[in-house]
Amino acid sequence: MSPCSICKSYSMEEVIARMQDEKNGIPIRTVKSFLTKIPSVFSGSEIVQWLIKNLDIEDPVEALHLGTLMAAHGYFFPISDHVLTLKDDGTFYRFQSLCLSPSAVYLCKRTMQNKARLELADYEAESLARLQRAFARKWEFIFMQAEAQAKVDKKRDKIERKILDSQERAFWDVHRPVPGCVNTTEVDIKKSSRMKNPHKTRKSVYGLQNDIRTHSPTHTPAPEAKQPTEEELQHQITFWQLQLDRHRLKMSKVAESLVGYTEQYFEYDPFLTPPDPSNPWISDDTTLWELEASKEPGQQRVKRWAFGIDEVLKDPVGREQFLKFLESEFSSENLRFWLAVQEVKKRPIREVPTRVQEIWQEFLAPGAPSAINVDSKSYGKTTQNIKDPGRYAFEDAQEHIYKLMKSDSYSRFIRSSAYQELLQAKKKKSKNLF
Amino acid sequence: SCDFAPSGSFSPFRRLPLPAKRKYMRSPLSPEMATQEVPLNETLAHLKTESETLKLKLEEERAKLHDVELHQVAEKVEGLGQFVMKTRRTLKGHGNKVLCMDWCKDKRRIVSSSQDGKVIVWDAFTTNKEHAVTMPCTWVMACAYAPSGCAVACGGLDNKCSVYPLSLDKNENLAAKKKSVAMHTNYLSACSFTNSDMQILTSSGDGTCALWDVESGQLLQSFHGHAADVLCLDLAPSETGNTFVSGGCDKKANVWDMRSGQCIQSFETHESDINSVRYYPSGDAFASGSDDATCRLYDLRADREVAIYSKESIIFGVSSVDFSLSGRLLFGGYNDYTINVWDVLKGTRVSILFGHENRVSTLRVSPDGTAFCTGSWDHTLRVWILMC
Repeated sequence: MSPCSICKSYSMEEVIARMQDEKNGIPIRTVKSFLTKIPSVFSGSEIVQWLIKNLDIEDPVEALHLGTLMAAHGYFFPISDHVLTLKDDGTFYRFQSLCLSPSAVYLCKRTMQNKARLELADYEAESLARLQRAFARKWEFIFMQAEAQAKVDKKRDKIERKILDSQERAFWDVHRPVPGCVNTTEVDIKKSSRMKNPHKTRKSVYGLQNDIRTHSPTHTPAPEAKQPTEEELQHQITFWQLQLDRHRLKMSKVAESLVGYTEQYFEYDPFLTPPDPSNPWISDDTTLWELEASKEPGQQRVKRWAFGIDEVLKDPVGREQFLKFLESEFSSENLRFWLAVQEVKKRPIREVPTRVQEIWQEFLAPGAPSAINVDSKSYGKTTQNIKDPGRYAFEDAQEHIYKLMKSDSYSRFIRSSAYQELLQAKKKKSKNLF
Repeated sequence: SCDFAPSGSFSPFRRLPLPAKRKYMRSPLSPEMATQEVPLNETLAHLKTESETLKLKLEEERAKLHDVELHQVAEKVEGLGQFVMKTRRTLKGHGNKVLCMDWCKDKRRIVSSSQDGKVIVWDAFTTNKEHAVTMPCTWVMACAYAPSGCAVACGGLDNKCSVYPLSLDKNENLAAKKKSVAMHTNYLSACSFTNSDMQILTSSGDGTCALWDVESGQLLQSFHGHAADVLCLDLAPSETGNTFVSGGCDKKANVWDMRSGQCIQSFETHESDINSVRYYPSGDAFASGSDDATCRLYDLRADREVAIYSKESIIFGVSSVDFSLSGRLLFGGYNDYTINVWDVLKGTRVSILFGHENRVSTLRVSPDGTAFCTGSWDHTLRVWILMC
C-alpha cells in the first residue's frame, strides 16, 4: 500500500461519468433473451470489476459497498428489482439518465435544436447560464441526459420507450424507496439550505424551479461568499502579518516529535497493546477500571508520570504523590498555588472575585503564609489584575510557576526515592497489592 | 473542475457553450456614478490585494521548512499488522438519526442525541438506558457529558445549548431542571464542557464560537473569524493551555486563545466543509475530516498541513474523526456508512469497517482508549473494539 500524496477526490458524478465513457467505461450492450431484446444493460460483476480496476480498490467487498451506494442514489439500477442494491453476479443494470433537474435538461435540449425560431430568449439564456454555474461539474451529466431525451423525443422508438419507462420507475425507487431501504435523498440539515438554492438569485421571469434534487451526494456547494468589509480586510492583514512573524519548526523536527510521542505511548494504547489484565469490553470484566480508580497506582501508570510534568498533573494519584513529596521537602507552595489557580478557573464566574482574593492573600500578598516567588514582571501584572479580578488574573504568575516546577520540583520528584519506590512497588509487593 | 477532451458525437463530456448574444448585460454606469464609486472600490481592492499577497507570502514561508514528509520519517517505524475490529455493543433505542454522542469520564457511560429531539444517557457497558429527555426541537446536533458525570448539555435547531443535571432518581423528570445556557442566532453545531461543569464552549451556524458560564448563562468570551457556519470544535488536551480548534464551512480550521478571543493560527487546505476537528493527544497537532472526502493532519509547531489521508475509492465526506490514545491511529466516520482506520504516521489505511446501514454521523474514542463509539443515521450506536 503506498501512502497517498495528493489524491484527487472525485465526486460521485465524475465517477459515473467515467463509468459511462465510450472508451474506458463499462461496456453497454443489448442482450437477446428468448423472444425479446434487453437494451442498454451491463452486469453487476462488470460494475464491481470496473470499480476495482479504475479506483484502485484491493478488496471486492469495498467495491461492492461503493457500487451499492451508487445504486441506492439512483445512478444505475437493477432492471428487475425495486430494491436498489448491487450484486456481484450476472444481474442486469442500466444507467439512469432521467434528470435530476428537469428545467436544466429542458433548456439544454432546446439549444440542441438548430432551428432559428427555437433559439433561446434572453431570460432563458440567462437562466441557462445560471444553471450551468450552479451545476458546475454535473453539467456533463445534464447534457448527456438532454441528448438522450432529445433522441427519444425524435425517435419514439419502442426500445427507447422501454428504456425510458424503466428509468422512470427507478427514479421513483430513489425518491420513494421500498420500505426498509435507505432514502438517499435525505440531506444533513446543516447543508440543506445550500443544496436547494446553490445561488440565491432574484426571481427571474422564467423562475428557477425548486428542482427535485439539485445536490450531489458527495459534494457540498460552497456557501455564499460574503464580500469582506474594509475593517475585516484590515483585520485580516494584521493577522497575516502576525502569522508571518511566527517561529516555525522544520518538518523533520516535527515529524520526529510525532513519531517519538506515538512510540512512547504505544504500550498504553489499547488498540495497539492489549490492556492488562484485560479490555473490559472484550472480557466483560471491569477489573481494569477498578484498578484505575484505586489509590494504588500500577507500575505502568507510575512509569507514565516520568514522561512529562503534564502526566503527573493530570493524574489525580500523580498529583497527590507529587504534593506529598513536595510537602516532605517543605516546598509545596508552588504546586498548591498552581492547583488553586486551576480550581478558580473551574468555578462559576460569580465566585471568582472572592477566590482570587483568597489566593492573593495566601500566596502573593506581602507577608503571605505560602509565599511563592514570581518574576517582577508577572508580579506587577498580577497586582494590576486583582484590582479587577477575572478568571485569568493569575495567568502570568501561573505560567512562571509552571515553568519553575517543570525544571526544578518535577525533576527532583522523578529522581526521588519516593517515586522510585512506587515504580518498583509492583515488583516488591505484587501479590499483596489488592 | 475537470477538463475532458471532446470525443465522438455522443459524448457526455462535451461542454455546452454559453449563448453568443449577451443582451442581458446591464447598460454601462453613467459617468457621475462611475467617479463616485471608484475610490471606495479602489481602497477595498487595494486591501484585498494586500491581504492576498501576505497570505501567499505566508504559504511560501511555511513551505520553506518542508524538508521531509511525515511518512518518510515514519519509514523506520514498524508497520502495523492486520487489524480486526468488531462491534461489541449495539445501542438501539433512538427512533431517528443519531447525530451526536459523547463519553462520560467513567469510560462506560455515553450520551447521544438524535433528529427526533431525543437525548439518551446509556450505560454502554450493559446497554441499559439510564436517562432520556425529549428536547422541544428536532435535530439535536450537539451533546456533551459534563466532567463530573452529573450533567449533560445539548442543543441544535433551537439555537441554544441547555444543561440537564442528571438525577440518581430515575423517575425524576429531567426536563424540569433544564438550564438554558448558550444563545446563538443560528443552529448549535457542537458543544463541549471545559475541564469543569461550570463552563461550556459552543460553535454555531451563525459563524461564531462562544464560551459560557453555566450557572449564570453569561457570555464569557466570543470568537469571531469564520466566514461561514462553524461545524465543530475541540479543546486542547493541555493541562495549562487555554486553546481550542474549530472547523467550518469556510474550509478553515482556526486555533483560538480562550482568554483573549483571538484567532492565533489558521489553516485552509481542505476543499470543502470541515465537519470534525480533533486534537492529537499531545496537543501539538490536530486532525480534521471534511466533505472533500479527506482527513488531514495539521501540526501547530510546523504551522502547516503535514499529512492527507485519502484514497481514490473514498468519495464520500468524513463526518467525524478521533485518535486512538497514542495518536497512532485515526478513526474516521464517513457518509458512505463506513469507518476507515488510518495509520497516522505512515499515511496508509489499515482497516475499513462495515456495519452501519446509513451514514456515520459521530465518532468518539472512549476516555481510556479501550473502545470507540459511533452514531449513525441508521438510528443506532455501536461500540467497537480491537479483537486480539
